[in-house]
Amino acid sequence: MKALSWLTIALVVLWAVVPALFTGYDPLAGVPAEKLRPPSTEHLFGTDAVGRDLFARVVHGSVHSLSGAFVAVAVGLLAGTLLGLLAGSTGGLLDDAVMRVADVLLSVPGLLLALTVIILLGPGTVNVAVAVGIGSVAAFARLSRSEVVRVRRSDYVEAAFGSGGRFPAVLWRHVLPNSLGPVIALAALQFGVAILAISTLGFLGYGAEPPTPEWGLLISEGRNYLATSWWLTTLPGVVVVAVVLAASRISRSIGRNTT
Amino acid sequence: MTRYVLLRVGQAALVLWAAFTAGYVLLQLLPGDSILIKFQNPELGLSPQQIAEIRAYYGGGDPPIIGYLHTLLGFLRGGFGYSIDTGTPVVERLAEALPETAKLATAGFALAVLIAVVLAFAAGYSRTSWLRGALLAVPSLFVSVPAFWLGILLIQVFSFRLGLVPVIGGSPTQQLLLPVLTLAVPISAPIAQVLARGIDQVYTQPFVPVVAAKGASRWWILWRHVARNAMLPALTVAGMTFGELIAGSVVTETVFGRNGIGRLTEQAVNAQDTPVMLAVVVLASTVFVLVNLGVDLLFPVLDPRLKAAA
Amino acid sequence: MSLLDVRDLAVSYDARPAVQGISFTVEPGEVVAVVGESGSGKTTTAHSIIGLLPPNATLDGGRILLGDSDLATWSTRRMESIRGAQIGLIPQDPSNSLNPVKTVGAQIGEVLRIHKRGDRRTISRRVVDLLTRVGLPDPETRARQYPHELSGGMRQRVLIAIAIALEPRLVIADEPTSALDVTVQRRILDLIDDLRAEFGTAVLLVTHDLGIAANRSDRLIVMKDGRIEEQGPSGQVLSDPQAAYTGQLLRDAPALSVREFRAVEEPTEVEPAIVVRDLVKEFRVGRRPFRAVDGVSFEVRPGTTHALVGESGSGKTTTARMVVRFAEPTSGTVTIAGAGTVAGKGTERDFRRHVQLVYQNPYGSLDPRQSIAAIVEEPLRNFRRGDRAARRRRVRDLMERVALPESLLDRRPRELSGGQRQRVAIARALAVDPGVVVLDEAVSALDVTVQAQILDLLEELQRDLGLTYLFISHDLAVVRQISHTVSVMNKGRIVEFGTTQRVFTDPRHDYTRELLAAIPEPVR
Repeated sequence: MKALSWLTIALVVLWAVVPALFTGYDPLAGVPAEKLRPPSTEHLFGTDAVGRDLFARVVHGSVHSLSGAFVAVAVGLLAGTLLGLLAGSTGGLLDDAVMRVADVLLSVPGLLLALTVIILLGPGTVNVAVAVGIGSVAAFARLSRSEVVRVRRSDYVEAAFGSGGRFPAVLWRHVLPNSLGPVIALAALQFGVAILAISTLGFLGYGAEPPTPEWGLLISEGRNYLATSWWLTTLPGVVVVAVVLAASRISRSIGRNTT
Repeated sequence: MTRYVLLRVGQAALVLWAAFTAGYVLLQLLPGDSILIKFQNPELGLSPQQIAEIRAYYGGGDPPIIGYLHTLLGFLRGGFGYSIDTGTPVVERLAEALPETAKLATAGFALAVLIAVVLAFAAGYSRTSWLRGALLAVPSLFVSVPAFWLGILLIQVFSFRLGLVPVIGGSPTQQLLLPVLTLAVPISAPIAQVLARGIDQVYTQPFVPVVAAKGASRWWILWRHVARNAMLPALTVAGMTFGELIAGSVVTETVFGRNGIGRLTEQAVNAQDTPVMLAVVVLASTVFVLVNLGVDLLFPVLDPRLKAAA
Repeated sequence: MSLLDVRDLAVSYDARPAVQGISFTVEPGEVVAVVGESGSGKTTTAHSIIGLLPPNATLDGGRILLGDSDLATWSTRRMESIRGAQIGLIPQDPSNSLNPVKTVGAQIGEVLRIHKRGDRRTISRRVVDLLTRVGLPDPETRARQYPHELSGGMRQRVLIAIAIALEPRLVIADEPTSALDVTVQRRILDLIDDLRAEFGTAVLLVTHDLGIAANRSDRLIVMKDGRIEEQGPSGQVLSDPQAAYTGQLLRDAPALSVREFRAVEEPTEVEPAIVVRDLVKEFRVGRRPFRAVDGVSFEVRPGTTHALVGESGSGKTTTARMVVRFAEPTSGTVTIAGAGTVAGKGTERDFRRHVQLVYQNPYGSLDPRQSIAAIVEEPLRNFRRGDRAARRRRVRDLMERVALPESLLDRRPRELSGGQRQRVAIARALAVDPGVVVLDEAVSALDVTVQAQILDLLEELQRDLGLTYLFISHDLAVVRQISHTVSVMNKGRIVEFGTTQRVFTDPRHDYTRELLAAIPEPVR
């Protein structure tokens, strides 16, 4: 299961980096004569209403989802973990303040938070990624804080101070390595969550502009042909599910190894 | 005990106030006067008197702090300002949209809990390891499915293939069926996961073999002992999903073409209708905070150990 | 016919054999003790009788005859009918063995409900009777309380009430007192004895404590590595052990082997290594201050061991933490020879060179991600002792000192046994040549044979390096063996102080007498 998950992620990353290796079709230019063909050996995922190869569009679209998810996780991980570390290792008033801010962020559902950011910054792929990332800051902050607090209470951290360790050395040698594991697991999980959120915002029309082959947008475009061409919505969706599922599996295996 | 209740209520109020303030700064203070200018757009067809009313509401020309206090006071009184899109009071648009979403969200939440409980208990009771594994894999599949895609898939299968649910028309119950399912599936997943993990964890507690040594059957142990203890963390997560219900309605209502808070949100984003957006954010945050306050206050009742601590 | 007749029992976990060739009998009304260290298979043996093995265990063979019926062949459903009714279980750890969200009364009544003995009213009357019988005052109130509102000893009484509710023919007591304080321990064992006499119940007593087994059983079964080493009448096994392992257990068990008291030289004018004066520590519980340590004073001579003995909540650990400056005293002073009295900025780290602490749980006190080499080297790095090569040499020396092979240097703590981990912790403590080592229940989590080895190591190190120990323990037998002087603590105060010999042979305080009465004969 774990190997399959890593394989899935590796494949999609390769799609994003060298799409030409996987498909010879142009994702943007269609052949009108070959429109709305069902999946076949020639067109793995079939073709869309203007005769573009759907598989080529999915392969070329992966770069938008992956880079977006990467940006989103980077924003959440950096900002959240920094806040959590600060709160957990200093304690006191700063800790309280940071955690109340996290409470407020958590009280607004992720999608609404993202939409608020989009109202301010306007639609677009980067803005969507940043918006999704901001939505995960609170989760990262909470987790990293609780991990730091847990590790700080352990006997071995006290023992490290007891053997003459100074605060920065103990933080670097003991607290960080032992509290980072679950945070990395969350990052893997959030990668999947971000892909979901980005495709959702793409579907709602706030992400990439057509005819960019963004995954959510692909599914949205296929809606008009629901009754006749099932593959237009179903197959890109299956790809999204596979990638998100793989990310959550990997996250779980990281989580198991670190605890 | 009273101290605990007061403390929790105070914290909830603080979070709500902070959420409002943050939303206000982002959605009204930063865009600033541009909002007021938009109301003068002749397309809205507002009379000069109405425009004056709106200007007064937003404290046009006053320093920002006065405008903020005006709006805060307005929210406390249940007046949420005016929609830039239509010029009508936001509260009217909310009142119009709320019942639909409330129906959807209630049914969706109930179904989500049902799915979660059935999955977690079936996994907890089953001794066949492949069946257990399969049941436990379901929630992680559920969270990985994009809700909008699930909705489309359901329409495709149930409406177009099987013809069980009409695409257009149909009774209100029929119309509610697929949206409720779409909303429930992703929300059931975290509840099921936490409940299943809780059940597993409680099974490892030393008191379980003691109950078994009394001669209790597997079902007796699961139902009377394990469930009660495993429910507590699941309740917390169930409370946390309330926010997702409102967010999920944005997607569900768009896919199924229903009018509700979700649709209103989408329109607000498209029209950059910041007053409506602010109202929706504050509404979602209020529901979330109130539900979680309820959960917090319920905890000491369900777990006697917390009563002493509280 | 025997009440219980186990023949050639074999159990494995995930196809790895756990116990093999286990055969023994239990006669009606008899107490049979199964003794062994962790991993010996004693608990597996006991649990297979009542059919409560974990899911990954399989019964590979053998018969478990309860009267005429072979329980090994019974279905789960059939086993349910005899659990609680014919075989009762008293579990190990009273703190977690009751459901936290149900009342005590409901949990006792449950065994009657499951076996359908009477309606609601008769059951609740019977619950009160049972609570009275196991010696809980005010039984009506207790029945309505939740487990967290009772003390450990009271909870164990509730669990005994559950086990005897249906007057079973056999009660399996799995380490029934190992989590309890010594004085409570004795009362619980007395209660089990009384009930056995009253109902004629046979008891299968599973324990790691040879002292308890010796005092409380008719027959003894000694287990090691999943096999029975020796069995026979208790007196005979103890006085004339046949198996070499039994002999070793008897020698290593501090409660059974009488050693000479460690002699203290006549007082000469030497500066004490530790001076504790009027130490007080207050905690706030709710709005009330609570004095965990209340005016404690003692002195320890260099090169000797001073023991702080007491039950849980006596304040001994808090005192130790103030001595090593992990806790701030509310008032009073601690003076360590060479390190001074006043704790202030800058002196804190220097202080650590003089005083080191060894924890109870050797796993929790070692960073799971560090290698053994890094753990032992850490204090040297902190105090910048020598260059890398010098530090490495020092680590090797230290490993040799604590008798650990160099091959362990690259391992992680989880790959080591409990005894090895504790040796690593000791090596780390010795790295910077401290004069004083505080040992907080440092051998309590270890099996007796390992415990004996660590105690020997500590003695040897003291002899060679002239270390001063402050030894915190609840175990009087261990204290008797290792310490020169003793302070007995109760409720935050020292109630008795003296040389170990004097305190053990001529106790002057009632509490000390009570503590001593709770441990087996030979040591007293």
